Amino acid sequence: MHLLNKESGGHGLQPAAFNQASSAPKILAHGQLPPPSMDHLDELEAQSIYILREAFARLKKLALLWSLGKDSNVMIWLARKAFFGRVPFPALHVDTGKKFAEMYAFRDRFGKEWELDLKIEPCPPIDAVDPTLPPAARSAARKTEGLKWALTKYGFDGLIAGIRRDEEATRAKERVFSPRGIEGGWDVRDQPPEFWDHFNASPPQGAHLRIHPILHWTEADIWAYTKRENIPIIPLYLSKDGKRYRSLGDQDITNPVASTASSIDEILTELDGTKVPERAGRALDHETEDAFERLRVAGYL
Amino acid sequence: MNMILPSSVLATPNGTTRPQIRIVIVGHVDHGKSTLVGRLLHETGSLPEGKLEMLKAVSARRGMPFEWSFLLDALQTERDQGITIDTTQIRFRTRSRDVVLIDAPGHAEFLRNMITGASQADGAVLIIDALEGVRDQTRRHGYLLHLLGIKQVAVVVNKMDRVDFSAERFKEISDEISSHLIGLGVTPSAVIPISARDGDGVAERTPRISWYQGPSVVEALDALEPARPLEQLALRLPVQAIYKFDDRRIVAGRIESGSLSAGDEIVIMPAGKIAKIKTVESWPVTPVNGSHGAGRSVGITLDRELFIERGDVIAHAGATPRDTRRIRARIFWLHDKPLAKGEQILIRLGTRESRAQVVAIEKAVDPGELSNEETKSIARNHVGEIDISLAQPVAADPYQDNPRTGRLVIEVNGRIAGGGLVLSVDAGQRAVPIDIVPVESALRPEERSARYHHNGAVIWLTGLPGSGKSTLARALERRLFSRSGSPILLDGDTLRAGLNNDLGFSPQDRSENIRRLAEVATHLARNGHIAIVAAVSPAIADRAVARRIADTAFREIHVAAPAEVCESRDPKGHYAKARAGTLPSFTGITNDYQAPLECELRLDTSTRTVADATDAIERMLAETGVLFDELVDLAANI
Repeated sequence: MHLLNKESGGHGLQPAAFNQASSAPKILAHGQLPPPSMDHLDELEAQSIYILREAFARLKKLALLWSLGKDSNVMIWLARKAFFGRVPFPALHVDTGKKFAEMYAFRDRFGKEWELDLKIEPCPPIDAVDPTLPPAARSAARKTEGLKWALTKYGFDGLIAGIRRDEEATRAKERVFSPRGIEGGWDVRDQPPEFWDHFNASPPQGAHLRIHPILHWTEADIWAYTKRENIPIIPLYLSKDGKRYRSLGDQDITNPVASTASSIDEILTELDGTKVPERAGRALDHETEDAFERLRVAGYL
Repeated sequence: MNMILPSSVLATPNGTTRPQIRIVIVGHVDHGKSTLVGRLLHETGSLPEGKLEMLKAVSARRGMPFEWSFLLDALQTERDQGITIDTTQIRFRTRSRDVVLIDAPGHAEFLRNMITGASQADGAVLIIDALEGVRDQTRRHGYLLHLLGIKQVAVVVNKMDRVDFSAERFKEISDEISSHLIGLGVTPSAVIPISARDGDGVAERTPRISWYQGPSVVEALDALEPARPLEQLALRLPVQAIYKFDDRRIVAGRIESGSLSAGDEIVIMPAGKIAKIKTVESWPVTPVNGSHGAGRSVGITLDRELFIERGDVIAHAGATPRDTRRIRARIFWLHDKPLAKGEQILIRLGTRESRAQVVAIEKAVDPGELSNEETKSIARNHVGEIDISLAQPVAADPYQDNPRTGRLVIEVNGRIAGGGLVLSVDAGQRAVPIDIVPVESALRPEERSARYHHNGAVIWLTGLPGSGKSTLARALERRLFSRSGSPILLDGDTLRAGLNNDLGFSPQDRSENIRRLAEVATHLARNGHIAIVAAVSPAIADRAVARRIADTAFREIHVAAPAEVCESRDPKGHYAKARAGTLPSFTGITNDYQAPLECELRLDTSTRTVADATDAIERMLAETGVLFDELVDLAANI
C-alpha cells in the first residue's frame, strides 16, 4: 500500500479532475535527470509497459477494454507511454447502455483527445443471459455476452483488461496472460504456469487471451499514479453531498460510499484508514458466495 | 481482496519510505500455509471489515470448525475440498514494511501454481507440520526455492499444539530441514515453532513456547530484505520490439541489469554489431537525458541503421553476454509428458525464442526424494540438468553472472512446461544443426551382431602416456578380429593428425578432442563395431562426457601402470622431451592425470603380460554383454 504522506502531500501537482485535465501534463521537464533509482510507482509503470509491449509483440489482433473507470484510464495512459504516445490497437467499450452520463461524456471527449481507435459494442438484452444467476450478476453478465459478440465480430486474439489482484479474491488468482477457452471461459483448475515474466501467449485457434497489465497494482497505487501523471478522471469518484463512487459500473447495480474526499489527496488519505473493500458498492459481488466466481469462469472480467 | 490498513507510518505517494517485500508461503499440503496467512492478517490487524463474520458463515455452512484458510481459498472448489489450488496474493503491513504475501498450493498436483507464486517472491516461509515432520513436498518446495533463486528462507514448524509444544520434537525437525536446505545452498534465516491456529509464535512468543528464544514470524518477515538491486551488474537490455510509428526507429525493451545513457557505445548480441545510443525516447516528454537503470522500460534510437530484432540483447562493449548455440541448465519440469533426451523444445531466454533440442540429461531426480537419479528423461515435477542445442545463436549469461538473463523457460505446444537456471554457456561451440535428418542404416543391429558375434561397443582405454594403452588396444584389436569380430582402433594421436588437426592442448581443445573421439566411436558402435579408443583423456569430466555420448555402449578401462614405469618405457620419447622442457602441456610428469574413480576394468600393466591383460578385457566384455560365445546363443533367441 503506498499512500499519501500527510506532511508532504500538499505540494506540487493539483489533483486532476475532469475539467482541468490537459493533454500534455509535465512529468519530466525536457532534459531533466530522472531519479537515479526507481520508486514504487516507477516500478509498477515499468512492469506494466513491459507486459503491454509483450502483448503487442506476441499477439496478432489486440484490443484494450476501456470501461471508462480509473483503472482502465491508467491502463490507456500506460499504453501511450509504452508506444510513445499513440495506442496501436483499438480501445473497445462494451456498452451496457446503463452507464452514468458523466462516463459517456468522458468517453466521447477523451476518445478523441487521446486519438483512440474507439470501438463501441452494445450488449444483448437481459433475456439472453443465464437466468439462474442472481439479479445483479445476471445484469453484469450482459457484458460477458457483449464481449463474446465483439470477439466474434473482430476476431481479437488478445483482450487487455484492467483488473487488479487486490480488488477481489478470484482476481487475485489470475495470471498476467490468462488463456480463455473457445467459449471465452476461464478454466481456473488448469491455469498454466507463469514465471519470470515469460507469458503463455499462444491461444488455441478460436480462443483468446486476457492480458492484465495492472494486475499487480492496488487501488491506492492507481490514485497515486493518476495524481502524479495528472491523468483525467470522472468527477463521480470525488465526494458530492457526502458520497462518492469508489468503483464505477452500471448505474442500477453500483452504489456510492459515504465519503468527504473531494480530491485525490483526500481519497488517498481516506483509503489509508478504511477497511471497507473497494467493490463493497458493487452488488454483483455479494449476492452469493460464488456469484462472482461463476461470472468470471464464464468470461466476465 | 482489499486490504487497506491503518498504519502509524505513512508512505509517500511514491512509496519510497516503506520497502515492499514479497514473501511466498510454501510447504507440504495440509501443513497450514493458508491458516498461517489468515492468522498473520488477524494478528497484524489487517482483516477487512466483515471478513471474520463471512469466514464464520462460510465455515458453518460447510459444517466445519472456523477455517482461516477460506480467506484465501477464494475458489468454490478450493473451499469444498479444503485445499489451495491456485496461488494468490494478499497485502498487509508490519512495523517496517509493506508485505505482499503469496500463498502457494502445497498439493503436488498444483506444483506449477506454486512455482508461479514463488517466482515472484523476494523471500520464502517454508512451513512444516510438527506432527508429520519433513515430507516429500517440503523437500520439493525447498529445492524449487533454490532453483527459483530465492535464498532467503524462514522455516516455521506449525501445529506445535499437536505435539504439546515439545522442544525436542522441534529440534528434531529443525535439524533435519536445516541440513537439507544448507545442502542446497540455502541457509534458513530462522526456524520458528508456532501454532498458526492459536497464534503462538506468529506475532509473539507465548509462554507455551517459552523455551524458544528466536524471532516470531512477523519479526522474521521484517528481517527479510527486498530483492538486490541489479544496477551494479553489466548492462543487459533484451530487445522487445522495434517501433516505427513515426520517423523515429525506436528499439524498445526493459533494462534487466546495469544502466544506459544516450551516447553509450553498445554491442548488439549475439551478432556483435556495434552502435552508439543516439537518444533515449519517452512520452509525453522526449528525449530524456541521464542514466536509466535496471527495471526501467525504455526506448532508444541508435546512431546508425542496422538490422536488429526482438530477442537481441544490447550490452556495453567489453561486457557482453556470450553468444552460443549450446547451454547447460538446471531445470524443473512441469509438463505431463516427461522431457526426454533428443526431444525438440522451444526455449525462451529473455525475449529470444529459439527452437532447440535436448542433447543430454543428467541428474534427473524427484526433488522430494533426491534419490534414483535418471539420465533418460525428467518426469513431471522433477528436476534435472540438461544440455540444450539451439537452432540459432543466442546471447546468454550463466546464472551466477546475471540472475535475470541467466534463466530460461521451456515451452511445449505453446504452453510453458518448465524452466531453470543457465549453469554454463559453451561459447563458440557448434551445436547439432536441428534440420539435419540422419539417414538410418539399411542393416538391422541383429544382422550385424549375428555376423560379428558381438554387439557394438566403445572400449575406452585411459591412462598415463606409456602405460600401455596402444599396445593393449592393438592386442585387443587382433584378438577380436581373430574371432571374426569387427574391431576398429581409434588412437588419439592418429585422429589428431587428421580429423582433429585444428585442436591444440588447451583444456578446451582437449575436451573437444575427447568429444569428437567419443562421437566417432559411438557412431561405429551403433553400427555394430567395437571401437577401441586409446587416449590419455586425463580429465574425469571429459570422460564423463564421452560416457554420456556413448551411453550404454561405453566400457572404460583404466590402464594403470605406476608413473615411474610409464616414464621408463617412454615409447614415443615424450617424457624425455618434457623433462627437457620442449614439450609443454604434456600429461605425465605433472600431476594432472585424474584416475577414474569407477570404471569397468582396471589393469596394472607393470604386473601382467599383454596376453593376460587382453584376456581380462575379453572376459569383461563377455560378462557385460558385448561378446557372446557362439551362434547357439542367438539361436535361442530366434
